[in-house]
Amino acid sequence: MAVDAPTRPDPVLATASGRGRVVAFWSVAVAVPLLFLGIFFAWPVTVMIAQGFVVDGQLDLGGFADVFSRPRTWRIIGLTLAQATLGTALSVLLGVPGAYVLYRHTFRGRSFLRAFVTVPFVLPTVVVGVAFRSLLVDGGPLGFLHLDGTFAAIVAALVFFNYAVVVRAVGGLWERLDPRAEQAARALGASPWTAFRTVTLPALTPAIASAASLAFLFCATAFGTVLVLGGLQFGTIETEIWIQTTQFLDLRAAAVLSVVQLVVVAGTLVVAGRARSRRERALGLTLPSASVRPLRLRRPAGMPPGDGHGLTLVATAVTALVVLLLALPLVNLVVRSLRTGDGWGLDHYSALGTTGGSLTVTVWQATLNSLRVALDATVIALVVGGLVALVVSRRPRRAVGRRAVAGLDALFMLPLGVSAVTVGFGFLLSMHHPFGLPVDLRTNPLLLPVAQAVVAVPLVVRVVLPVLRAIDPRLREAAATLGATPGRVLRTVDLSIAARSLGLAVGFAFAASLGEFGATSFLARPDRPTLPVVIFRLIGRPGPESYGMALAASVVLAVLTAGIVAACERLRAPGAGGEW
Amino acid sequence: MNERQDVAGSRRGGLTVADLVVRYPGATAPAVDGVSLDVAPGSVVALLGPSGCGKSSLLRAVAGLEPLAAGSVCWDGTSVADVPVHRRGFGLMFQDGQLFAHRTVGGNVAYGLPARSGTRGRVAELLELVGLAGYEDRGIATLSGGERQRVALARALAPAPRLLLLDEPLSALDRALRERLAVDLRAALVATGTTAVFVTHDQDEAFAVADRVAVMSAGRLLQVDAPAELWVRPATREVASFLGYEAFVPLDSPAAAPLRDALGVPPSGATLALAEGAFVVGRSGVAKGVVRGVSSRRGRSEVRVDVDGIGVVTALGPVGGRWSAGDVVELGVEPDALAVLDA
Repeated sequence: MAVDAPTRPDPVLATASGRGRVVAFWSVAVAVPLLFLGIFFAWPVTVMIAQGFVVDGQLDLGGFADVFSRPRTWRIIGLTLAQATLGTALSVLLGVPGAYVLYRHTFRGRSFLRAFVTVPFVLPTVVVGVAFRSLLVDGGPLGFLHLDGTFAAIVAALVFFNYAVVVRAVGGLWERLDPRAEQAARALGASPWTAFRTVTLPALTPAIASAASLAFLFCATAFGTVLVLGGLQFGTIETEIWIQTTQFLDLRAAAVLSVVQLVVVAGTLVVAGRARSRRERALGLTLPSASVRPLRLRRPAGMPPGDGHGLTLVATAVTALVVLLLALPLVNLVVRSLRTGDGWGLDHYSALGTTGGSLTVTVWQATLNSLRVALDATVIALVVGGLVALVVSRRPRRAVGRRAVAGLDALFMLPLGVSAVTVGFGFLLSMHHPFGLPVDLRTNPLLLPVAQAVVAVPLVVRVVLPVLRAIDPRLREAAATLGATPGRVLRTVDLSIAARSLGLAVGFAFAASLGEFGATSFLARPDRPTLPVVIFRLIGRPGPESYGMALAASVVLAVLTAGIVAACERLRAPGAGGEW
Repeated sequence: MNERQDVAGSRRGGLTVADLVVRYPGATAPAVDGVSLDVAPGSVVALLGPSGCGKSSLLRAVAGLEPLAAGSVCWDGTSVADVPVHRRGFGLMFQDGQLFAHRTVGGNVAYGLPARSGTRGRVAELLELVGLAGYEDRGIATLSGGERQRVALARALAPAPRLLLLDEPLSALDRALRERLAVDLRAALVATGTTAVFVTHDQDEAFAVADRVAVMSAGRLLQVDAPAELWVRPATREVASFLGYEAFVPLDSPAAAPLRDALGVPPSGATLALAEGAFVVGRSGVAKGVVRGVSSRRGRSEVRVDVDGIGVVTALGPVGGRWSAGDVVELGVEPDALAVLDA
């Protein structure tokens, strides 16, 4: 059974051009994101911060002493840390049972519930703020609690937003955790609770720590939600930067606060990085099908009492309650948007076709603007974030290279936490005659998409990177020994596999851009506002008509965002989601 | 073999590895420590050694996946040191296949083929060769472990590599499947006339697949020989131990007398190695041993017996034999399970 072998061309020595192309490709892959980050992130932020510290060409750090001597500053820093700590702790406490129920069990409607708990995470922060306000105001369904404008309301909204972060990150790992380690502990005499505490929880700890640091980051830099809910009494460093910049025109204070936030963010990122690298240690992983059991409320026949059914019930009850609480603001938002002065109707929705008396455009036009900007921002974020993920997923042989890759990884996470307000205002300051060039980029229609892409890039990286890192390097080696050039290996192995997570990356980038408010509030041109900007203007105006329009516009924005993310998530292959 | 023939041998073509050293960053000892090896065109060489002995590192260095710290890798007398992996024309098959899960079986096999007409026919031909005719459109997830390795073999053979490197391709499979696939693998390599280097830690597998077996330990090559030669004349005690020789006695010791007689060799300073089954229970007794324990493999009895002056060895007994610990049994000698070591 001899097989005719096709003649293979004689191998030739690596030509200079072949190796040159590889070097050129990776140089571009590193240079493009670095240039992008440098011009559109580092530069504007530096300009903004320099405003506060450079007086008449002289470095003047007196701003620190001045700002830190104000009691208001310490109050804001304290509030930020307290909100973030409480919000994170509650998200973890509620999220871990949620991950257990939604990822370790099967039941009817599970995929719907999994998608549903993700909705708050992708909702624009302004919408979350409006939804909570409409729930808690006097006359709202929960008005009797008198929580409107309180610290508790802000923390509740932060948990609402970050629950999904914990559930998805912890659930994703828990689903694949080999159950035999826990079974071994049980066989050695551990009770279900002891086995969970001593075996499962330590295995989950890196995922929990990683999710917690992300939640902390989101809580500490929350802007839209806190601005809507906290008014002037409560705030984060981020809202304070906005207030100092736009209300008091105190750029020195804003610059000092930007630096403070940078320190908080960098500290959290260091912790997150540690947690992530520990997460890569060897865990007994298996296919989800091996560890998932049906969810039963009644103890199944043949299962002895005390075999952990009670724990499952508690987790189920907690999760059911959380799901109800997550649904409450959303349902209430829709209901209230349908209530008119004299009953029920679509009056507020038909008003979206008007300017509401004082807007520069109709709400539908603002929606169209938002979509256009988000489309551009998503494309930019995908290109830049994709290149970053590709570069950072490499494991260079030399220690220097590995450190450089790790540094790049951390660098591109910075926009996740650095004040979007600082970025937005910095854009305004730096893009007028950028680098001394005689052009004014502030009127360029691409400026807003670029600013939103800066915020979305870290999300794209965090979704795509774990998928690329999970590729066994030997898969690339197998392709190379089959004669594939480095370019073909990249195309047929890395890109083919990463493409499966691209749907989710597109969804998150699109959602982040649609809901982006911090930078957008500075950069959206008055004649072309985006939807979140319009909503914020509407709620700032007196009168039930404007408020009704704000509610209706929030529903539109929420449906749009959730719909796009759901559609994108359908495109991805199962289990390809990485950390999220 | 003298010097002249050696030089002619390396000119004849095939793979020539000379004084190869592979070091990993941070490791103190090199993983491969000055290995030289020739593989003639069309022949199959097995690299046999315990895990961690450097055999996989040697293979990866030949493939171009590990940088050479010293030494050379040549094909037909030309160094391939400057040729990148994908241009070497050396195929590599991994222990766990490393199939592309995002491609079909056909897509995997066709991966290394030049994109032009005739690909389908070649894929079908190779799938038939490995016994998976008609599997083109199956997904990788639907395959069993054995089927996956067959696809990996077909994929590695498809571009007709001038050298195929196989890194423990059967180790992840269960024994029955492994033994069957080893035979199929040998047949496929012979049918395609493929020059191959085959890494394994299983001596039976090495003997079943290879024309020559190279025994490796701690980064060094101990002996290279045809399977039968290797079994009959292991060069050192270390090689013999790895092949399964379990006891060693000086050829001139009194206890070795019945063994000398069976082989018909005079006493000397050499060492005699005894494999399992060197003694047989119940044959005309030339020695005596005390039973320490009995187990059974594939029906035959394996009796652990303590022979005075030699130690505890494994003797074979007839099916259904009954002995208890402490029994004294008569032992015959099986000369095929004996080897004389020069050193």
